[in-house]
Amino acid sequence: MRFPTVSSPHSTPAKSVSRVMGAVILALLPGSAAATWFFGWGVLINIVLAVTFAVALEALMLALRKRPIKPFVMDYSAVLTAWLFALAMPPLTEWWITFIGIFFAIVVAKQLYGGLGYNPFNPAMVGYVVVLISFPKEMTLWLPPEMLAETRLDFLQTLSVVFTGSLPGALSWDAVTMATPLDLMKTELGLNRTIEEIRQNPLFGDFSGRGWEWIANWYAIGGFWLLFRRTIAWQIPVSMLGSLAIISGLFWWTDPDVHASPMFHIFSGGAIIGAFFIATDPVSASTTPRGRLIYGAGIGVLTYVIRTWGGYPDGIAFAVLLMNMAAPTIDYYTKPRVFGEDRHPPS
Amino acid sequence: MSDRALHLSHFHGGLKLEGHKTLSTGEAILDMRIPRWIVLPVQQHIGDSAEVLVKAGDRVRKGQLVARAAGYVSAPIHASTSGTVIAVEERPVPHPSGMNALCVVIETDGRDDWISDRLEPLEDYLNLDGVTLRNRVREAGIVGLGGAAFPASVKLNPPPGREIETLIINGAECEPYITCDDMLMREHAHDVIEGTRIVQRVLQAKRCLIGIEDNKPKAIEAMRTALGEETSDIEIVKVPTRYPTGGEKQLIKVLTGREVPSNGLPGDIGIVCHNVGTVAAVYRAVAQGIPLLSRVVTVTGLGVRHPRNVEVLIGTPISEVVAFTGGYDDGVERLIMGGPMMGFALGSDEVPVIKATNCILAAGRGEVDEPGPAMPCIRCGECQRVCPAVLLPQQLYWHARARDFDKAQDFALFDCIECGCCSYVCPSNIPLVQYYRFAKTEIWEQEREKRKADVARQRHEFRQERIEREEREKAERLAKKKAALAKGNKGDKDQEDPKKAAIKAALERAKAKKAAAGTMPKNTENLTEAQKKQIDEAEARRRKARADREAGDTDNNEEEKDA
Repeated sequence: MRFPTVSSPHSTPAKSVSRVMGAVILALLPGSAAATWFFGWGVLINIVLAVTFAVALEALMLALRKRPIKPFVMDYSAVLTAWLFALAMPPLTEWWITFIGIFFAIVVAKQLYGGLGYNPFNPAMVGYVVVLISFPKEMTLWLPPEMLAETRLDFLQTLSVVFTGSLPGALSWDAVTMATPLDLMKTELGLNRTIEEIRQNPLFGDFSGRGWEWIANWYAIGGFWLLFRRTIAWQIPVSMLGSLAIISGLFWWTDPDVHASPMFHIFSGGAIIGAFFIATDPVSASTTPRGRLIYGAGIGVLTYVIRTWGGYPDGIAFAVLLMNMAAPTIDYYTKPRVFGEDRHPPS
Repeated sequence: MSDRALHLSHFHGGLKLEGHKTLSTGEAILDMRIPRWIVLPVQQHIGDSAEVLVKAGDRVRKGQLVARAAGYVSAPIHASTSGTVIAVEERPVPHPSGMNALCVVIETDGRDDWISDRLEPLEDYLNLDGVTLRNRVREAGIVGLGGAAFPASVKLNPPPGREIETLIINGAECEPYITCDDMLMREHAHDVIEGTRIVQRVLQAKRCLIGIEDNKPKAIEAMRTALGEETSDIEIVKVPTRYPTGGEKQLIKVLTGREVPSNGLPGDIGIVCHNVGTVAAVYRAVAQGIPLLSRVVTVTGLGVRHPRNVEVLIGTPISEVVAFTGGYDDGVERLIMGGPMMGFALGSDEVPVIKATNCILAAGRGEVDEPGPAMPCIRCGECQRVCPAVLLPQQLYWHARARDFDKAQDFALFDCIECGCCSYVCPSNIPLVQYYRFAKTEIWEQEREKRKADVARQRHEFRQERIEREEREKAERLAKKKAALAKGNKGDKDQEDPKKAAIKAALERAKAKKAAAGTMPKNTENLTEAQKKQIDEAEARRRKARADREAGDTDNNEEEKDA
C-alpha cells in the first residue's frame, strides 16, 4: 500500500496568524467601546474608515506584488494595524488624513518592506507619526470627554465633519475641541504652574484625564486577557509600564510640584494601549525573552523622555519606532543560554 | 515502595500532548507468527553498515550471523528465523527518503530451527567481568531500541579515565501513541531490571535511575515489584508526563538536574543512558543467549482495526505486521514509523521492521491533518517558549531560510533535537523542523565537499613536490655523473660523495614530508565530537551517496598508489 510522505511532526493543532490577530482585535473591543463612549462617533468612524482603507490598500499591494490576496487579507494584520492607527487619531480627523496615514502604514511601512512578517517598523506607528508630523494642527483637535462636552455631535454631524472638514451650523472649533490632559500638562508646566494647580482643571480625574483613565482601564482589561491566553508575552507590557513608572516615580519623588505622578503617566495618552497592543507587535519587537524586557524598558524610558523634554505631549509612537530600530541588535545580544551551554563561559 | 524524595528538575519548554496511549495498551503483547519473508537491511543502526556473510541460496538458521559488524560503531545482524537466503540485493527500507538499501532476503521455512552453535547463556552473569558482558552485547547485535539504534556495546564502553557515576534507564516513552516500552515493562519487568543490573555492572555505575513518565502507573508498579523491596542502588523514578521528557538530554536533566554539555555526550558528565527495551534485550542476550532477533512494536492509530503491541521478528514486512493485527481501517491516511512528533512517514508498507522500529502508526481520518498554509513568521516567539533546547527557532528559521548557515550555527543549530515542538505551536504553520534538517544536511554536505577538496589539494601538492624532487635529483645525479666523468682518473678521494649526497637527499625528503604533514590543513579542527558524530551519522544514513563516494575513493586510492 502506498502512503503520502510528509515531514514530522505529523499532528499539529489548528492555529493561524488570523487567530492571533483576531484575538488582539477582540481584546481591543472594550477599550474601543469606551473611547467611543467618551469621545463620540468619531472614534468609530475613524476605525471603519481606517480598516476599509487598509484592507483595500493591502489587497491592491498584494495584487501588484503578485501575492495571493485572500490568505494575507484574511490574516487580519492590516485590520489590526488600521484599528490601532484609528484609536490614536483625534475623533474628528478628516478622512484624507486617515487615508494618508494608512497609506504610509500599509503601503510604505509594510508592503514595500515585504508584507506581513518583514516590516522592521510598527506600521500603525509609522502611519501615525507621518500624519503627526505632517498635520500638527489637525492632530491636536481632540474632543473633551463626554462629561465635559458642551455640545455633542451626533452620528451624521460627525460623519459630515470627517468628510467635509467643517463643523455644522454656528459651531466653532474652539467650542468643540479641547486639549488632551498630556497636552494641557505640558503647556501649563511650560507656564511654570505647579502640578497641584494644573490638576485643578476639570479635565483631570483621579489619576490622569477624566475619561482617558477609564479608556486605559478597558484597554488594560483586554491586555490582561491577551496575557492570560498567552497571545502576547508578559515581558514587554511589564517592562514598559514598569520602567515608565520607575523613571516618572523617581522624578516625581524628587519634586512632585513639577513632575507628574507615575499614575498620571501610566494612565495618560497611549501608555496602556501602547504597552499591551502596540509595543507587543511581535514582528517589529524584540523576540528573545530578555530582549523583550530591554525593548519594553526602552520604550517606557523614551516615552517619559519625550513627554517631559521632547516636543510632543505623548511619546509612545516615537519610542516604539526608536526601539524597533534597536530590536535586531537587542536580539543578537540577548540570545538565551542554550541547553547544555556553559553558564559562565571562559571569556 | 513509596515515592522517594528524589528532587526532580525540569527542562525549558516542552509540550503537554494528548497521549493516545490507551489505544494500544488494552491487550497483552502478542507474538507474531513467522512471516513468509524476512528482509534484513545491513544498515539498521547508526555507524558502519554490517558486512554480508551469506549469499543467495544459502540455508540459514535462527540466530545465524548473516552480516557481521564492520568497524567499532557497527552491529552484526542475525537471521531472525530459519530459511533460505533468496537474495542479497537492494530493497526499499524504512527511511525518510524512501530509498533502497542492501538487504538480506530470507524465505522462511516455518521450522524456526536454531543454529547449532548458538550463543551460550552466561551463568552467574552478575559476577562476570565487564569485557565478557560487553562482548556478548556486541555479538548479540544489540542497538538502542528507543529509536536511535546506536550500537549498545559502544555506550557500554566509556573512554578510559571516564568514570560513569549514574546509569539512567529511559522508560519515559514521551511520544504520543507509542506504548511498546510501557507494555514491555508491564509484562517483562524482570528482564528490564536484570538487564539494568547487567548494564550497571558493566559500567560500574554507582547508582541507577529508571525514569518512567507518570502516565504509566501499571508499568511503574510492575517495575517496582520486579525490583523488590530490598533497597538497592537502582531507583525507579516517576517523572511528570511532558514531551519530550524521553529525550536523552531532557531525561538526564529531569532526573539529575544536570545538563549534557552543548555538543557533548552524557558520558562527559559521567552519565550513560539506555532505553528499557535495550536493557531487556541485553538481559536476553546474556542470560538466555538470544541475540536481537525480535522486538516489541506498537501497531496503533485509528488507521488500523486493532491497535496493540506485537513481538515481531526483525525483518518482518510492515504490511504483514499490520495484516497480522487485523489490517488497516478504511480511513487510513498516513503510515508513520515512530511517533507523531518525530516519526517519519513511510511511502509504502513494503518495508521491513528494523531494530529501530518502535511503533507503526497508521493515522486514520482526522488524526493527522495537513497543517494550514504556511504564512510568514511573525516572530511571536511561541517556538522559543516551547523549545527544550532553549534555542531561538524563529531566528534559526530566518537564517536557515536565507541559507546563511554560519549564522544558523551561531544560533546553535546543532543543538536542535528535532523534537517538533516549534512546528507544533507555530501559528504561521511553518514546517520549522524541516528547515533545520535541511540546514544540517547542507552543512554536512559542505563539510564533506570541503574535506574531499582538501584531500585532493593535498594529493596535488604532494604530487607536484614529488615531480620537482625527482627532477632535481635527476639533475643532480646527471651533474655528478658529468663531474665524475670529467675528473676521470683524478683519484678516489671524491668517491664517497655520491653516497653522502644520497643520504642528504633522503634526509631532505624526510624533512619535506614532515613539513608537509605538519601543515596539512585540518578542516575538521573546529568541529566538536558531537558534530563529528553527527556528520558520520548522516553519512552513514545516506548510503546511496556513500556508495558513490566509495566509487570515488577507489579512484583516489589508485591515485595514491601512483603517488
